[in-house]
Amino acid sequence: MVDKKAKTPALVRLFRDQTFRRGVIAILAFVVLWEIGSQFKSWFGVMVPFIGKIAPPTAVAVSWVEVGQWPGYWQSWYLSTGRVFLGFTVAMIIGIPFGLAMAVNKYFRGMFFPPFEILRPIPPLAWVPASIIFWPTTELSIMFVTFLGAFYTIVINVLGGARSIDIQYLRAAQSMGATQWDLFRKIILPGTLPSIFIGAAVGMGITWEVVLAGEMISGGGQQGGGGLGFFIWSSYMGGVMDQVVVGMISIGLAGYISSSLIRYIGHLSMPWRRMF
Amino acid sequence: MTANPNSHSGNSRGAISIRNVSKVYDPGGVNVRAVDDCSLEIAGGEVCMIVGPSGCGKTTLLNAIAGFHSISEGQIDLDGEMLCGPSKPLADQGADRVVVFQNGALFPWKTLAENVAYGPVVQGVMNKNEAREKSIHMLDEAGLSGVADKYPGEVSSGMARRAEIVRALINDPKVLLLDEPYRAMDALTKSIMHESLLEVYDRTKVTIFFITHDLEEAIFLGDRVIVMTTRPAKTKKIVDVKISRPRDYRLLSSEEFRVLVEETKEAVHEEAVKAFEAGERELA
Repeated sequence: MVDKKAKTPALVRLFRDQTFRRGVIAILAFVVLWEIGSQFKSWFGVMVPFIGKIAPPTAVAVSWVEVGQWPGYWQSWYLSTGRVFLGFTVAMIIGIPFGLAMAVNKYFRGMFFPPFEILRPIPPLAWVPASIIFWPTTELSIMFVTFLGAFYTIVINVLGGARSIDIQYLRAAQSMGATQWDLFRKIILPGTLPSIFIGAAVGMGITWEVVLAGEMISGGGQQGGGGLGFFIWSSYMGGVMDQVVVGMISIGLAGYISSSLIRYIGHLSMPWRRMF
Repeated sequence: MTANPNSHSGNSRGAISIRNVSKVYDPGGVNVRAVDDCSLEIAGGEVCMIVGPSGCGKTTLLNAIAGFHSISEGQIDLDGEMLCGPSKPLADQGADRVVVFQNGALFPWKTLAENVAYGPVVQGVMNKNEAREKSIHMLDEAGLSGVADKYPGEVSSGMARRAEIVRALINDPKVLLLDEPYRAMDALTKSIMHESLLEVYDRTKVTIFFITHDLEEAIFLGDRVIVMTTRPAKTKKIVDVKISRPRDYRLLSSEEFRVLVEETKEAVHEEAVKAFEAGERELA
């Protein structure tokens, strides 16, 4: 009896899971509505908003099958993923220590928080011209824009997370003889870890949002991949709307996979948060 | 009859002497006198219970001993050595005075055993393996053998609080400073906590400075109960609890116990009424 349960394949178990089924049904329902909406253009004489104007999922699927045969499409995936991950990694490497330094040192915070807050609201898209001037290669310029997308979110989350650590933990540690370094390494760092992962997951989403802005400058042909963002941009310029939708869904999927990966790493590195 | 055979059990460590201590907070230029000319001698190995109305300055006193806050006037000594005084308003923090907090402060990212091992490891008195061995042993003694490798979020609040006291004791402190540690607990859990703390005390005879609102708790556990006045805090009344140890729950229904509770209640009630009226005046 027990064996039978253990032998159930993972995929079957996945489909028995309520939450998973709910997600699948929601996506299917959405696709069906989209198909109907865009096939019939109008329902009972009323123009269907938004989806009445774009290609139906069947057309998108056909286009996707075609696009999937171009090496350029897959190169776009590869290029965008590389840019996003490099920009994101640099944002983590600089953002985490920067946020922590602002959290633990009031002089540092007093000096760097105001300029940081002035720069933060500037949208990454607005940085594109400056970015072209700053960096010698297009690749670096694009990465800089994706870096900015993740950087502010990561810093704000780290700063907020580190500052909201319960003072009792710090006092308890100090009263047991912890030095400043112990406090930082064994209390502030693990205490901030949940916020670091939240910042990372949100920041990762934003890098995918801004990769399009960055890739507007990347160049490349319709089929010679300039990245997924460029793929959308050039499809739009060419007036191929179903390809635009293919590009949009591709970025959506890439973002979802990346954020899931970060959540999974978070799950692994914070054993105390996975007890339920 | 001797003065009090039960208290001051001959432990020479952990005597606290609080002499004429005042604390003035100065938020935005408005002087708030939290503690006023408070004096109290606590013998080594005494269980000293502090009761008084909310916000009366009990925690201020504890924070001064622990080195979390400075004092404005007076002096506090531990075993004849000055912790804080006129020349040094803020005491150093040290593992000889470990605090157990109101809401519990076990590190959620460490297992119970890792929590307990924390003190000796950061002080460098034991390496990780030695500290772990000792932690497991001490958790066993406290009846927590099965949960040493669980995280605080996975065990009950009662277990967590017991582990927190073990975490304090592994440092072999002179004084345990407890700030309403059992406040949010139900009566049943609380009674288990009390027996467990008494068991620990009978074993270690560590000096205990214990803040509470619960008068029965105060008398059940304490050698003396110090009733504080409403803000600014002074000692209003000291109740000697001349009940022999080890104590158990049959005590709660004894006449002797009830008389002491009544006596304390009267003093506390008076101050609570004053505090309440002062609060109403402030609001008016």
